[in-house]
Amino acid sequence: MTEQPRIPRTVPVKSATFDDYTLSEIRRAAATGLYDIRGGGAKRHLPHFDDLLFLGASMSRYPLEGYREKCGTEVVIGARNAKNPITLRTPITIAGMSFGSLSAQAKEALGRGANAAGTSTTTGDGGMTPEERESSNTLVYQLLPSRYGMNPDHLRMADAIEVVVGQGAKPGGGGMLLGQKITERVAEMRTLPQGIDQRSACRHPDWTGPDDLEIKIQELREITGWRVPIYIKVGASRPYYDVALAVKAGADAVVLDGMQGGTAATQHVFIEHVGIPTLAAIRPAVQALKDLDMHRKVQLIVSGGIRNGADVAKALALGADAVSIGTAALVALGDNDPALEAEYQKLGTTAGAYDDWHEGNDPAGITTQDPRLAARLDPVAAGRRLANYLNVMTLELQTIARACGKSHVLNLEPEDLVALTVESAAMAGVPLAGTNWIPGQG
Amino acid sequence: MMTAEAITNAGVLDLAEMSVRDANATLQAATEGAFTLRNPGGRHALACGLMHPVSVTVEGHAGYYCGGMNKEAEITIRGNAGTGVAENIMSGIVRVTGDASQSAGATGHGGLVVIEGNASARCGISMKGVDIVVGGNVGHMSAFMAQAGNLVVLGDAGEDLGDSIYEARLFVRGSVKRLGTDCIEKEMRPEHVAIVAGLLDRAGLFADPSEFRRYGSARRLYNFKIDNVGSY
Ligand SMILES: Cc1cc2nc3c(=O)[nH]c(=O)nc-3n(C[C@H](O)[C@H](O)[C@H](O)COP(=O)(O)O)c2cc1C
Repeated sequence: MTEQPRIPRTVPVKSATFDDYTLSEIRRAAATGLYDIRGGGAKRHLPHFDDLLFLGASMSRYPLEGYREKCGTEVVIGARNAKNPITLRTPITIAGMSFGSLSAQAKEALGRGANAAGTSTTTGDGGMTPEERESSNTLVYQLLPSRYGMNPDHLRMADAIEVVVGQGAKPGGGGMLLGQKITERVAEMRTLPQGIDQRSACRHPDWTGPDDLEIKIQELREITGWRVPIYIKVGASRPYYDVALAVKAGADAVVLDGMQGGTAATQHVFIEHVGIPTLAAIRPAVQALKDLDMHRKVQLIVSGGIRNGADVAKALALGADAVSIGTAALVALGDNDPALEAEYQKLGTTAGAYDDWHEGNDPAGITTQDPRLAARLDPVAAGRRLANYLNVMTLELQTIARACGKSHVLNLEPEDLVALTVESAAMAGVPLAGTNWIPGQG
Repeated sequence: MMTAEAITNAGVLDLAEMSVRDANATLQAATEGAFTLRNPGGRHALACGLMHPVSVTVEGHAGYYCGGMNKEAEITIRGNAGTGVAENIMSGIVRVTGDASQSAGATGHGGLVVIEGNASARCGISMKGVDIVVGGNVGHMSAFMAQAGNLVVLGDAGEDLGDSIYEARLFVRGSVKRLGTDCIEKEMRPEHVAIVAGLLDRAGLFADPSEFRRYGSARRLYNFKIDNVGSY
């Protein structure tokens, strides 16, 4: 009997469409009947600042001497209407993150780090805590649709006011804070029963469109004696029109948050499928400011996926006046630290992927209201780490600006940039590297 | 031109002659006394952000956000009020002798808002402890996501009263066109009759407290359940 020749078989192929994550999500939804809620921003690959490069000085451009020639980093925010605009030593600010989503220790650490670096912090959905005011030299107070804890005394204690229209992680969406994090103190600040799954509204209760918002801003200015700047924060979706309308409504500054921007808790489907990437949002926003002759008069603060000094430099070169960081600041405090891997494993995840911030079990003591976990975060040491990180980013930013021959980081310009991909060239409106081709512009 | 400094405590502030900014600066700085705002002409943000027990009479119609974020002051608008009258009120009293536009008393944390006429849509939206008494009717979506406090309506309520309500209490004497999601009628017990009687008394409005019906949260949406998916 002759042996049958072995028939070669192809290896099993998994579907690119129905990949492992997708299959697991279908099974999870089928088993629980709940949509997936998580923290963080969009995790998928997106055109981003990594797709841009600086050209640096050359025969036709003159660089600045690294450690000798000054490269300014100071920015002033809000001089359009406010008697007391804000001066920041570095154009890297700390984004609004609520007490409630973050522990009191984490909020204090953010304040300490920001103070040391000479920048501002921001409250969030849930009001201003005394500790937060105490620990932040420059504090921006958010006015959100929920108005939790909104209080005219706090409004007057703030150094700036930020009217939140939307967030990059969820343009058009409201907030949520699940029962585990609604402790007695959080519940009291929000006037809600303890332990409920709290939803916050997606629309403001007392104004509907930009014409109303203009009057709302007038009221806020009347209450605060026209002293402090008023920002408007929008999630990136239609940046040209949103920025133009924000200017018309009287904003002193516009905060523009792209889809990579973090959130404390939002539906996964919302985070990954609504809004546009930060990179795609900046140029239309700057164009709107220029068309209104308001570029550099109304400041543009960009956020969503800012990680290092190069990202900051690229945002500024595209026309932003400052940036804001959320996720990166939390990482600097100690979020997702591999040293806690054993604990992340117990939670069914791994360091670097932990995003169940809404569940309040954060082993790093940051996105939690559990006093036992929160006590693990030393606000002084964590604040020090944040200050170091902010200083490193500022040095990186200066390094790039000097290489491009700029004596101030705000002198960076689109002309200093090229793109690595056709997509990023089109979005950022800069030429594809090695060509003079800007897709969509001839 | 009158300037803020030229005005003493018991003053007439004439908006035909002075800016809203100067008038508000005067009112905000005063710690006591009675003021009259003449010729309001529907201007916005009148008498907002007051912090002391002064009394202010607005002689005519006010625009948006009159009496916004009030603390301690007693403000009377002799006329109609625009959007967001007494929004986010903390304490004190804001009274409108005419009708109020939408979002009257929105997000109020404390104090009393009295609308002698009708209030439009979203009256008491996201209220957080304020008491609101409306002599006439309230429009649709009133007390949406209302968290705490009392809304007393002597007339009728429009569609979706108390949608997604938390712990606020709603009392309506007339009809309710439709209750919002998770808002149900509840038993009117003697303590509730007493609450309504007390509020009518403070508001200076007359009605028989026993004629009111009470509405509040069924608390079915407090924790997310997939079987309630149609209600979210
Ligand atoms: C834990 C957490 C809580 C947040 N809370 C708020 C908030 O209360 N209000 C708000 O406007 N944005 C909130 N955000 C969004 C940030 O303000 C900011 O837009 C975003 O984090 C920027 O993107 P990045 O995280 O990539 O730096 C939150 C973000 C995080 C990570």
